[in-house]
Amino acid sequence: MGEVIEQPRHFCALGAQQTVLAIERAIPIVHAGPGCSAKLFSGLSFCNGFQGSGYVGGNAIPCSNSGEKEVIFGGEERLRKVIDGTLKVMDGDLFVVLTGCTTDLVGDDVGMVVGKFQDEGVPIVFAETGGFKGNSYFGHELVVRSIIEQFLEPAQEVVPGLVNVWAVVPNLDPFWSGNLAAIKTLLTDIGLEVNILFGHDSGGRDAWKRIPAAEFNLLVSPWVGRKTVELLQEKFATPFLHYPVLPIGASETSRFLRTVGQFARIDDKRVEEYIAGKEANYYHYLERAADFLLEFRYGLPGRFFNVGDASYALGVSRFLVNDLGLLPGSQFITDETPAEYRDKIVAEFANLADNVSSEVTFTPDGGVIKNALKSINHVYQPLIIGSSWDKDIAAELKGYQLSIGLPTTDRLILDRGYVGYEGGLRLTEDIYHAVLGSYQ
Amino acid sequence: MKIDLDSSEAPIRETRLGAITGYAGSTADLVEKIERGELVERGRGFSQCSNCSSVTAICQLAMIQDAAVINHAPLGCAGDFTNFNFVNRSGQINRGLPVRNAQIISSNLHEQDMVFGGAAQLEKAIHEVKKRFNPKAIFITTSCASGIIGDDITGIIDRVEAEVGVPVVPIFCDGFRSKVWASGFDAAYHGILTKIVKPAAVKRRDLINVITFWGEDVFGELLGKIGLVPNYVVPFSSIEQLSKLSEAAATVQMCSTLGTYLAAGLEQHFGVPEVKAPPPYGIAGTDAWLRELGRVVGKEATVEELITAEKARIAPQLAQLRQQLAGYSAFAAAGAVHGHSIICILKELAMNVVGGCTWHHDQVFDNRDCRADSLKHLVDNYGDIRFSVCNKQSFELVNLLNRLRPDVFIVRHHGMSIWGAKLGIPTFLMGDEHFGLGYQGIINYGQKIADTIANPAYVKNLAKHSKLPYSDWWLKQEPFAMLGGEDNG
Repeated sequence: MGEVIEQPRHFCALGAQQTVLAIERAIPIVHAGPGCSAKLFSGLSFCNGFQGSGYVGGNAIPCSNSGEKEVIFGGEERLRKVIDGTLKVMDGDLFVVLTGCTTDLVGDDVGMVVGKFQDEGVPIVFAETGGFKGNSYFGHELVVRSIIEQFLEPAQEVVPGLVNVWAVVPNLDPFWSGNLAAIKTLLTDIGLEVNILFGHDSGGRDAWKRIPAAEFNLLVSPWVGRKTVELLQEKFATPFLHYPVLPIGASETSRFLRTVGQFARIDDKRVEEYIAGKEANYYHYLERAADFLLEFRYGLPGRFFNVGDASYALGVSRFLVNDLGLLPGSQFITDETPAEYRDKIVAEFANLADNVSSEVTFTPDGGVIKNALKSINHVYQPLIIGSSWDKDIAAELKGYQLSIGLPTTDRLILDRGYVGYEGGLRLTEDIYHAVLGSYQ
Repeated sequence: MKIDLDSSEAPIRETRLGAITGYAGSTADLVEKIERGELVERGRGFSQCSNCSSVTAICQLAMIQDAAVINHAPLGCAGDFTNFNFVNRSGQINRGLPVRNAQIISSNLHEQDMVFGGAAQLEKAIHEVKKRFNPKAIFITTSCASGIIGDDITGIIDRVEAEVGVPVVPIFCDGFRSKVWASGFDAAYHGILTKIVKPAAVKRRDLINVITFWGEDVFGELLGKIGLVPNYVVPFSSIEQLSKLSEAAATVQMCSTLGTYLAAGLEQHFGVPEVKAPPPYGIAGTDAWLRELGRVVGKEATVEELITAEKARIAPQLAQLRQQLAGYSAFAAAGAVHGHSIICILKELAMNVVGGCTWHHDQVFDNRDCRADSLKHLVDNYGDIRFSVCNKQSFELVNLLNRLRPDVFIVRHHGMSIWGAKLGIPTFLMGDEHFGLGYQGIINYGQKIADTIANPAYVKNLAKHSKLPYSDWWLKQEPFAMLGGEDNG
């Protein structure tokens, strides 16, 4: 039995409509009740940094709006018509049929309906993302899997230096655009050809078709996407590198680049020269912050508390410990990390740096997190890095609060990202903006 | 039609009010078709995502300040929690209420609940909200999933209600049951009428129930001038306040699309007269609405004085705005009655209304009173206008706007304005439903429109740099080419 969830920080599997929308010129076709798509757009996109409709999101998403008739008599015919209409009315390169609770409970044979279009050569796939089947992380992985299994062909030859990147989940991470752009820049700068797959100028359908031609897959996440890279290894014999920490700031980013460089057999000198240049710039600014950080007399955060998915909780914790020298309080991971990955994540938190470790609690329920934060004896002003839900508890504890995860309704987010050297500087600015803002 | 409070749920609008979601023609034609009983629903072969009753039910319940809401559903149905939490917090700031998160949780139904039923999960949720929020009432909104698996919500409530000690109210708003998302308002109000409202202990002659969303306090000033006090419901009210809805002298609403069920229910079952008039937008509507309100509360003379004074007050500004905006073309798209209201305002401003579109159309309201027929009011006072009905089908709207190219596009539904902007049409969404209210509202709209037209730089630049997701083929078809026979959508 699942937990009841107060203050949700992700939604259901059908949230993967946003994953489809992040692929350029890909169009989701939602075979579900009339409100699912709009609710998920609101939760994952609009009320999360006010990410917009984009090319074909929001109210433009084709949908069967399944009603009583489809629930009683089945919705296959309705789906066929909506797909047919989509192919005429919409202008897209790849179509992904996603089901909702109604469809999956009624038992429509979506594979059969979609299969007929596939047989005609239509670039279309499907995924059964009924909301009760899992959360948005599960849905994201399922959609990626569906495209891989139903759309990709083995490559004629492997392209040396070509790497597919699997990292943050589009839209669910409100900074996904900036984060992916930063990863792409870092890897391009050390000489790789980067297939970033999601976001503006990522190449859309053609980029996805190149996935099997990559020399390796790079997973930058504690667990989301692990199944994807394993599948690609199994299906196309593409090796993968799993780097579990979102690289934020110099310590982690340099470690990340060295690890990738070594795996990709890139000349050490090239990597080291690049790192040296970036670190010089980074520390120039971090040093500039020292007067403020060391002398500000009105209070700086004493302990930090992350409330978010495993990727951010770990990445931000390592950054704050290793680059800014802060100390962790407890961390809360909300993404319902599957049991098989939890030990490794706990081990990462046990060793954030020499002699620095943090407790981790896994729960998607904001009510539980709120109570846990309240029960701690806060000797210092806590810094709560999470979402807009945390405003109340931060105020109650007289702490500082910064929204960097879903839902973020107190910030407009465009191309800002926290990954890399510049990302570390942005996060530093944002954290201390939250601190200073509370005194003005 | 009699509101049946013995039933566990409100009938959906398709069956109760003859609501439709597909129509293309004109306002006069639609009125005629309804009068002749010839209006039939038209579906679409192709459709885009609409909206559902769960959203509209939650939008009425989640901001009741001392209640809690359980969304009995898989977690995706909680996708709108954040939006309503934002509305909640901003509204609390506006009203000087303590600022805190909305009291709403998801029962988070999983695959095993689909097999074994969601009863255990719902019971757990009821006890959790009691423990976490200690609410004065608990509302349970249902979902497609809970509806299809057949959870016995009423039975569960019967088992636990005494134990939790506060009313536990079922709100049947399964998304798949109605194509008209406004059915969710009725679902919420049915719950309030059946389990929250109490018979009046006293009657308050100055108190007027105002059924609305969460607009600025405009009714306060307007009603204040005739010695009346607004009782805004349902968002930002309290359970005690709702329990005393029966004490008011009358019920008014900013939009019968929203309040039809609650207003009729209060009149039929609790003796609170409903002010049956066109909505108070535009001069003709405001005149008629105020006069009917005056009649119901016995303040005819005061109302006449108010009407004369207010009209004289706005006359110079109105004349100037009419001159400024005359000949500019406009298109309005909004929820049914409020859409009619916006068109009335545009006509008052001497604008050329090239078209209007509403998200559904109710052929009648629960009061079955033709004085409240906002569409007929529009036709009688402002003439015939190109008009269509679609449940947020943006492919139709984009096609239409692409042809009409109005000088300004006014919308009232999130996520629609972007499509005007991508076409380079100066566009705004009017979030505050009270902005256009009364005589002053005409002036407010006039100024807003003048400002929007004055600097179209943002949308003009966007249009140059964005691509529509529609095929060339579609943009060359007639806008309603996909509107056909009986299909869903």
